[in-house]
Amino acid sequence: MSDYKNFTMNFGPQHPAAHGVLRLILEMDGEVIRSADPHIGLLHRATEKLAESKPYNQNIGYMDRLDYVSMMCNEHAYVLAIEKLLKLEVPVRAQYIRVMFDEITRILNHLLWLGAHALDIGAMSVFLYAFREREDLMDCYEAVSGTRMHATYYRPGGVAKDLPNVMPKFMLNKNQNLKQIETLNYNREGTLLDFIDSFVDRFPKNVDEYENLLTENRIWKQRTVGIGVVSPERAIDLGFSGPMLRGSGVSWDLRKKEPYEVYKNLKFDIPIGTEGDSYDRYLVRIQEMRESAKIIQQCCEWLKKDDGQHISSNSKIAPPDRDDMKDNMESLIHHFKLFSEGYCVPEGEVYAAVEAPKGEFGIYMISDGANKPYRLKIRAPGFPHLAALNEMSKGHMLSDVVAIIGTQDIVFGEIDR
Amino acid sequence: MNKIRELFQELVIDYVESDMITLTVDKLNLRKVLKTLKETKDLQFNQLIDLCAVDLIEYGQSEWETKETTSKGYNRGINPQSHSRIDFVTEDVNEEYKLCVVYHLLSIKYNVRIRVKCNLSNESLIVPSVTDIFASADWYEREAYDLFGVLFEGHQDLRRILTDYGFIGHPFRKKFPLIGNTQVTYDPEQKKVVNVPVDISPRTLVPKVIRKRK
Repeated sequence: MSDYKNFTMNFGPQHPAAHGVLRLILEMDGEVIRSADPHIGLLHRATEKLAESKPYNQNIGYMDRLDYVSMMCNEHAYVLAIEKLLKLEVPVRAQYIRVMFDEITRILNHLLWLGAHALDIGAMSVFLYAFREREDLMDCYEAVSGTRMHATYYRPGGVAKDLPNVMPKFMLNKNQNLKQIETLNYNREGTLLDFIDSFVDRFPKNVDEYENLLTENRIWKQRTVGIGVVSPERAIDLGFSGPMLRGSGVSWDLRKKEPYEVYKNLKFDIPIGTEGDSYDRYLVRIQEMRESAKIIQQCCEWLKKDDGQHISSNSKIAPPDRDDMKDNMESLIHHFKLFSEGYCVPEGEVYAAVEAPKGEFGIYMISDGANKPYRLKIRAPGFPHLAALNEMSKGHMLSDVVAIIGTQDIVFGEIDR
Repeated sequence: MNKIRELFQELVIDYVESDMITLTVDKLNLRKVLKTLKETKDLQFNQLIDLCAVDLIEYGQSEWETKETTSKGYNRGINPQSHSRIDFVTEDVNEEYKLCVVYHLLSIKYNVRIRVKCNLSNESLIVPSVTDIFASADWYEREAYDLFGVLFEGHQDLRRILTDYGFIGHPFRKKFPLIGNTQVTYDPEQKKVVNVPVDISPRTLVPKVIRKRK
């Protein structure tokens, strides 16, 4: 037995705790991890190359499919990059709508992260609570875009459609009686904004429920406190961003530091951690959900009073009004050109980033003056996070690797691209 | 900007200020410039946000050219440059390269971003690795190697990262066909899954058009 050394273990790619298709080659000494080598690329679809062969607007849909739990934030970075190159002004109403949906997306993402992370560690019920709230937010997505996940809602110059005046309701069916339907529809009588308002009103109480289950939970603390500690200097060097960086105590948030859209008009705080362990990152994300709810409330209030444009009126970029198109020659030509050839973007290069729920989601775009991007590089926040998995899990036990994957909030759509 | 110009002087080939300060550097000075950007006290570009390669071989070429006008109308043949097949046997001998490696740095302390570009041409596709300066460069360099074939000198573990085990070629180069070169199929005679050449032909759905604005 004396020459019995470390052994190698394969983890994934089809493992429920691998959050998709992560394959890890673990070098183990007993139950202690000596090194972890992530093998990625099993979900590689060459989004960046596909984007080079399609007109600008046709790529918006690909952005949803990158980080498929924070769909609209990805679109946001992409349209911001195009707008920067075009020097296009976006109407204020569209900016508020975008910010509101960015924050709805942030809550959606954090809820999924919370549910999955807790499930990995062994707390089953949080998942069910988290998905109850996700359902309502998905309905908001559906109300504006028609789809519950891959919305393709943002457009260069604004958003595809204005907010609807009615919230879709549940209909009578053979499984539910009239009384049940009425309970389900209680906050769907007004507009979408009323529905979002009622959600935001009750959401802080829901967050309290999750915290009740976890924050002071002994098992939860045993599994997360002191796990995957990253010092602030190391976090910066490793390219961390978002909650991973803030959990280590670095106060850095693009919404405050490089305010895009209308973030500078809104009041919210940036929570930061102190220890840089999994528990701190959990606390940061929980607090971020509360802050997001505040932002949504402010946006709702503003949007209720306003009835401006939801998309730029520059018909070289944004499609003309549908009614107008039927009896106006100019509009018809614009419409035809936009949907057959697209629009040409001036030559140049640009980097646009948004604070996505997982961190800095950036788009580096090079245009050679054509109707398609010449090169599109997607800077996914999860990529450097997963690259640090080896460093974070070294010396921990096998079961802690699962907790570290959970705390990193890994989604393979964006890492493999 | 002026501070950076003073600091580097001859080391940097080109200074541009577009959406952020953009420096173009020769690959011999690349490490020196990046290191200075990181370590100079009043710059502190200590986070490498992104590193990527770009293939510039088809820059500014459109796929839709009007060559002649006849009584039947315009000649508007689509020229599918980026979708043509490549033959790996002859590829490396005569192919012309025009690649560029782009670094995006961020100074968290001063809230400034900077872009550093390094052009590569035919002679060699080797760039010095910066993994010892920025820890995050590790996977980014592997990605650039995998997709574009840029070699990073001094990288400890330069393996493919995104493509399949045993993949041949560098798929993000413009000459690599969008639909790939091989497809997998089941061979009933050999009783196993085999790689065969792609049997569909590449096509362009919307041609690339370049229109200059007035």
